[in-house]
Amino acid sequence: MAEVRAEMVANVWKVVASEGDQIEDGDTLVILESMKMEIPVLAEEAGTLTKLHVNEGDVVQEGDLIATIG
Amino acid sequence: MLESVLVANRGEIARRIIGTSRRLGIRSVAVYSEADADLPFVREADEAVLIGPPPPAQSYLDAAAILAAARRSGASAIHPGYGFLSENAAFAHQVLAEGLAWVGPTPQAIEQMGDKINARNLMSRAGVPVALGSTEPVADAGAALAEAERIGYPVMVKAAAGGGGIGMSAATGPEALQTAFETARARAERFFGSPAILLERFFERARHVEVQIMGCGDGRVVALGERDCSVQRRHQKVAEETPSPGVTPQLREALLASAVRAGEAVGYLGAGTVEFLLDVLTGEFVFLEMNTRLQVEHPVTELVTGIDLVEQQFLVASGEPVSFGPDDVRADGHALEFRVYAEDPVRFLPSPGAITQWEQPAGPGIRVDAGYQAGNKVTPFYDPLLAKLCVHGQTRDEALGRAREAVAAFQLAGPKTNLPFHADLLASEAFISGDYDTTVVAGLRP
Repeated sequence: MAEVRAEMVANVWKVVASEGDQIEDGDTLVILESMKMEIPVLAEEAGTLTKLHVNEGDVVQEGDLIATIG
Repeated sequence: MLESVLVANRGEIARRIIGTSRRLGIRSVAVYSEADADLPFVREADEAVLIGPPPPAQSYLDAAAILAAARRSGASAIHPGYGFLSENAAFAHQVLAEGLAWVGPTPQAIEQMGDKINARNLMSRAGVPVALGSTEPVADAGAALAEAERIGYPVMVKAAAGGGGIGMSAATGPEALQTAFETARARAERFFGSPAILLERFFERARHVEVQIMGCGDGRVVALGERDCSVQRRHQKVAEETPSPGVTPQLREALLASAVRAGEAVGYLGAGTVEFLLDVLTGEFVFLEMNTRLQVEHPVTELVTGIDLVEQQFLVASGEPVSFGPDDVRADGHALEFRVYAEDPVRFLPSPGAITQWEQPAGPGIRVDAGYQAGNKVTPFYDPLLAKLCVHGQTRDEALGRAREAVAAFQLAGPKTNLPFHADLLASEAFISGDYDTTVVAGLRP
């Protein structure tokens, strides 16, 4: 199981992937926005996206859980 | 002179404008969002009005809230700084309709230059060189392909209403163009509220050189020298200098004359910047866009000319003559600016957070325009600019030496910053030689 966490304080601009999706290494899961910049959050391993912990418009803190890949 | 001014901005630029206001005896009014209550600009203004919650749309972009603050505080003018509402012609109209002075060009000039396609066509008619490119918006991917065929690859894809490099990308062939077009259109809609796209010839080796102009109000437009802004990441400037090491006296004369022509074509009033791309291979230059406001990197021009550009803006806005003789503008020495961003110095990703230490350099030839101090929090709502570290020297070498010492002396803890990047830049052969172009950052961070 892999946990994908936020690297910085940001707003969740777009949720790209959905729970249950088959994910490849490098796929974009969500797009964060911080300081006028869009930051794609990528999967670092392949698997099933078992849980998305954020919704569009949420504010995430550094280290917050974004997704779980099983 | 103006009695009072409301500064419709935040951070370092609000503080900088408030500084000149104080020197000239103009009462200053700051507006701020809930996220910025502790920043220096709020405290340093004569009066400060809370205008809303942190998101820009509910604060610094909320025209109604800003105008209400102006009424409440009795401000007689509005200075928009850069970004936010500074190039919003409708806002400029509203300000004037309220009977306030607008510290900027006419709404008509903002409008004419705001649409990049219109600006290109206008400049072309005025005899200012423009790159081969769109004369009308590119409607869809099919039209983009046809347009790219006509221009020839590589092409640059841009939002017509855009700025700040957002949504801009180069395409080397038809496949890349499809992606570039879709990305540009999505971002143009989101950031600028207009999906209009233009294509332009892309120069693989180019310097970004811009000219500071001042429309004096008596019909005259004066050029105050150029700035080289080729040090960029993600099409956004990181460091600037004047004079440009890539501009010969002959080329300077041509650039400045073109910039004056550009300003005259729109009856320009006050401070503005005409941006050009200089093709390193051929030495030719083309008009890129015009910024109808004060530019972030204006301090380097102030350091070599000794002219306070904000003071000139205030004078022009109150219908008075500028404080310098338009015929005897002289540039003395060399100046550089380094933008200190809250971002990691390798991947340039944003790094908000609380500032635990802030000790800025000082001394001869050093100017720091800072938006923050120790104890402040850098939030994710606005751009990552913390401060502008500016240096001046009699020669470029002297200025580079001062810059190295100043970068090393800047002690900033909490958010990650790009100060280590500036140290690398100042140690790089390409930058030291002066023979660099817009690919210099990519060369340092492969």
